[in-house]
Amino acid sequence: MHPWGKWGRSFVGYGTHAARAALADAGLEWRDVGSVVGANTMRCGYPGYVAGATFAQALGWQGARVTSVYAACASGAQAVNTARSQILGGLADVVLVVGADSAPKGFFAPAGGERPDDPDWLRFRVLGATNPAYFALYARRRMALYGDTPEDFAQVKVKNAAAGALNPLARYRTPVSAAEVAASAVVADPLRLLDICATSDGGAALVLSSMEFARRHGHPDPVRIRAVSTVTPTYPKAVLDLPDIATDSAAVVSPAPHSFRASIARAAYEEAGIGPEDLSLAEVYDLSTALELEWYEDIGLCAAGEGAKLLRDGVTSLGGRVPVNTSGGLASFGEAVPAQALAQVCELTWQLRGTAGDRQVPGARTGITANQGLFGHGSAVVAVR
Amino acid sequence: MARTRRPVVAGWFTDDAGGGTDAGGATDAGGGSPDGGFRLLGTRCSACAAVFFPREDDACRNPGCPGGGELTETPLSRRGRIWSFTDGRYRPPAPYVSDPDAPWEPYTLVAVELAAEAMVVLGQAAPGVRTADLAIGDEMELVPGVLNEDDEHIWTTWHWRPATGGAARPGADGEGNA
Ligand SMILES: [Zn+2]
Repeated sequence: MHPWGKWGRSFVGYGTHAARAALADAGLEWRDVGSVVGANTMRCGYPGYVAGATFAQALGWQGARVTSVYAACASGAQAVNTARSQILGGLADVVLVVGADSAPKGFFAPAGGERPDDPDWLRFRVLGATNPAYFALYARRRMALYGDTPEDFAQVKVKNAAAGALNPLARYRTPVSAAEVAASAVVADPLRLLDICATSDGGAALVLSSMEFARRHGHPDPVRIRAVSTVTPTYPKAVLDLPDIATDSAAVVSPAPHSFRASIARAAYEEAGIGPEDLSLAEVYDLSTALELEWYEDIGLCAAGEGAKLLRDGVTSLGGRVPVNTSGGLASFGEAVPAQALAQVCELTWQLRGTAGDRQVPGARTGITANQGLFGHGSAVVAVR
Repeated sequence: MARTRRPVVAGWFTDDAGGGTDAGGATDAGGGSPDGGFRLLGTRCSACAAVFFPREDDACRNPGCPGGGELTETPLSRRGRIWSFTDGRYRPPAPYVSDPDAPWEPYTLVAVELAAEAMVVLGQAAPGVRTADLAIGDEMELVPGVLNEDDEHIWTTWHWRPATGGAARPGADGEGNA
């Protein structure tokens, strides 16, 4: 990875830095790589739309197969999925996956111009509905349905900041108190500035290979990817998700028994042949503090409505039964959209290898990542040792 | 010079009583509002009865639809209950239109669940409605509103406001039923 922050440089530099670090970690040369998959960034002009080739050019053209993918927040997981499929399909032995971004300051916004046929453009034009507005709608709903409080939400930030303080790659590395969260400005009632993740620059990369290749190169017990979930919702989607202005109507067709977010993890568990009881740790998208509590429920750590209790009981803190966001999460990193799903897998890798330093989960064997990308991209990765 | 009232998006809601729009109003069906009230306009598939808002005019998106139907304009329920709500304490980025020289006035955003359509529709609350005035489950009603104004146009939109006086008229929102 490249450390996250506001560095003011091109995403290409962050990505190639991360790529070289991943190759060095794997003990491989760039020329050993048979395929490169880039997770696209949508805010950096033309090169960002062809990230695979952009990173390949920056590393030095060497004739590798190339793919560029975009799935908003799920871009990194889609890139992992592409790489894994190529390996399982026998198209490549070693695949380099790279994602990086130079994020703008403040709210994410759609591309410019008049685009009334674009739902993402419309939600800003017609409603001024920013991403934090959606996070706040979920937070308010949790308060009404389950009795969650702003103090519960603040404790997520306290927990993740404590973990991030132990991670040299995180952007924010100082502990945060509940009082500091409560003293920060309201962005979208009931969420405050410290409840919502920042936008950041950053880069992350992974080297994936076949098991046979890994063993041949002296890795008898590598971290293995057991599942990659890339599911779409099931009609009718009854929860208002970014960037929706309305949900599907459930008047004629009943919604599936599980929410879309829950289906993301379920698909990964089914593919991996494991369940939430097998997890040593999880990395989930804490775009807001309240959303992290929802993910506890959606990845099956507890029943609906019990997320805050799980947090209060310390289950998801470092030292708890199933630590969540041991990396510090987006609360400590901020959003670098095409990189963050890869950063989650990086954290699983270090934890499963036992090399996560002061934030190590003792004896970690199984981990899951979970995230959701704009317009119905759901992704989760299960890694095991 | 008189400015024209014009919907911020064509075809998503009926003309409001203020009138004055021409081609910018509902795209067909002459407003589609049998009782003359202000309504959001969706479309309904004649084959499976699925309702879509914002309107879907290309093809039915229900994967279980038997097919062969047509999408016809349908007004949505005027009243519903709050699914959730929030506000915007900071100025949203473009394409939201606001005067950068004026102090930012937070607006309230409400997600309202329509019973007949079994769907949630987001909207800004009417001016003056604050989050402190709202609770999940409260009944809200749809009213015409103004999003912003420029030299040529008054851009109209829909707003949610707490349902006023008395009970909702029974059956008044029944057009949304299949
Ligand atoms: Zn249909």
